[in-house]
Amino acid sequence: MTRTVRRVRRPLQGAAVGAAALLALSACSPSGSDSSAKPGSSGPGALSGEVTVFAAASLKESLTTLGERFEKEHPGTEVTFSFGGSDSLAASITGGAPADVFASASTRTMKIVTAAGAASGTPSAFVRNRLEIATLPGNPHRVTSLRDLAAPDLKVVLCDKEVPCGAAAQKALDASRLNLTPVSYEQDVKAALTKVELKEADAALVYATDVRAAGDKVEGVEFPESADAVNDYPIALLKDAPNAEAARAFIALVRSAEGRKVLSGAGFLTP
Amino acid sequence: MRSSPTGGTRAAAGVLRGGPRRRRVRAGVPLPLLLPALIGLAFLIVPLAALLVRTPWHSLPEQLTSADVWQALRLSLFSATAATAVCLVIGVPLAWLLARVDFPGRGLVRALVTLPLVLPPVVGGVALLTALGRNGIVGQWLDSWFGITLPFTTAGVVIAEAFVAMPFLVISVEGTLRAADPRYEEAAATLGASRFTAFRRVTLPLIAPGIAAGAVLAWARALGEFGATITFAGNFPGRTQTMPLAVYLALQSDPEAAIALSLVLLAVSIAVLAGLRDRWVRAG
Repeated sequence: MTRTVRRVRRPLQGAAVGAAALLALSACSPSGSDSSAKPGSSGPGALSGEVTVFAAASLKESLTTLGERFEKEHPGTEVTFSFGGSDSLAASITGGAPADVFASASTRTMKIVTAAGAASGTPSAFVRNRLEIATLPGNPHRVTSLRDLAAPDLKVVLCDKEVPCGAAAQKALDASRLNLTPVSYEQDVKAALTKVELKEADAALVYATDVRAAGDKVEGVEFPESADAVNDYPIALLKDAPNAEAARAFIALVRSAEGRKVLSGAGFLTP
Repeated sequence: MRSSPTGGTRAAAGVLRGGPRRRRVRAGVPLPLLLPALIGLAFLIVPLAALLVRTPWHSLPEQLTSADVWQALRLSLFSATAATAVCLVIGVPLAWLLARVDFPGRGLVRALVTLPLVLPPVVGGVALLTALGRNGIVGQWLDSWFGITLPFTTAGVVIAEAFVAMPFLVISVEGTLRAADPRYEEAAATLGASRFTAFRRVTLPLIAPGIAAGAVLAWARALGEFGATITFAGNFPGRTQTMPLAVYLALQSDPEAAIALSLVLLAVSIAVLAGLRDRWVRAG
């Protein structure tokens, strides 16, 4: 009921916002119904309540920013995040955790959710991420390529092979036929990055976005083999979403031009 | 924790000894006590039973004979034992200091000693990194003077486990010391024994059951340690990947393997408790 009202009213409220929305949605929205929930023009009492978003650890900064904007655009809503390794998030979702949205760091982890019938519709990628080498500030060990990481005295941490960033790292290492023995397989990408930030490790293979987020605490080194290991990030509305309507609007914001701007500002590639 | 550390210790030691013996109450058990008690029992037992129910028995032999499992188990048993040894060597004297020497700020020191009990283990791991990491306030000197770096090593695992386990030992031993009659030590002193000799020959044998109970608690805590270990020592199979870490990472992709690993840890814990049962349950 309120839904129809909003659909009609929205273009009238702000032509500029509406135009931006149309542009953005014609570019990337997977379904028409999602586009109706474009945020930026909430009618009074249109959306309310809590939206619970389970998202990969690497999305932390950008989705938090978008969550704050969403709350501002839709007063009365509250976006709650649970950031973590995509695998454990997928396990919680299939285990019945009450979430509305799942944004994962790999298609493999999203498949765990879709295979269990927990997603509504077909999830599709909204951003991509590639790996980068994070080194100590100033790159004191002069790491310039993936091959340099195999130096015997260099302490390198990787993500565990079970989590997406570790799987991507393994793919890149395999593609360059490099046999790298790290000092540790960390449980998620942020843990790997932290080891370099605290100067306990000399280098880590993490996402480009994490290097960006760490600011000047680490230095990023791009390497060509990262092209072999690009992760797609799918986002999906969950079937048992307690607040499906607001969740749809949040997904639309993530996929909108505004969302893309925030995400690419954080270092993500757009698919 | 109880308000008085001694009470908490007695309770902790009592757990292992089967509690103080009291005369049986003959009257029927009142329902308001029986019902929550049974719920409490179920609360503790059901999750463990569920683990057994969900165990993939058909693939269990295959899971358990894998080299990875034994590697993790061996490392866990070794590091928990080494951590307990570290706790004994430095924890017992610390407990003695707290119980027998009256110095200003003793209450504060005792509170600080028990802090790792309430601290989230991950925070403990971060604290260890900032102290003993390669770039830590103590660790940087260890590195530049002796070339020792502790993170990512088995020694790092032992340190992380000892850090979280030592309060259990200290509290247990201190409680026993306070309960022990100091007049035995005084008698030894009047007979010409130095304070250290009195400690070695009189106090130690006197408080041996308390030390043992504390050591078992510390060992069990060290065996299950996860947060401080993965934060401080990282995760590398055979070097720093203990059983709890292996369980956690297996759970990411292969819940069956995680359950099998959990079962091993459960079996080890039960075996240790059962092995000590005769000794400690009857001591009460």
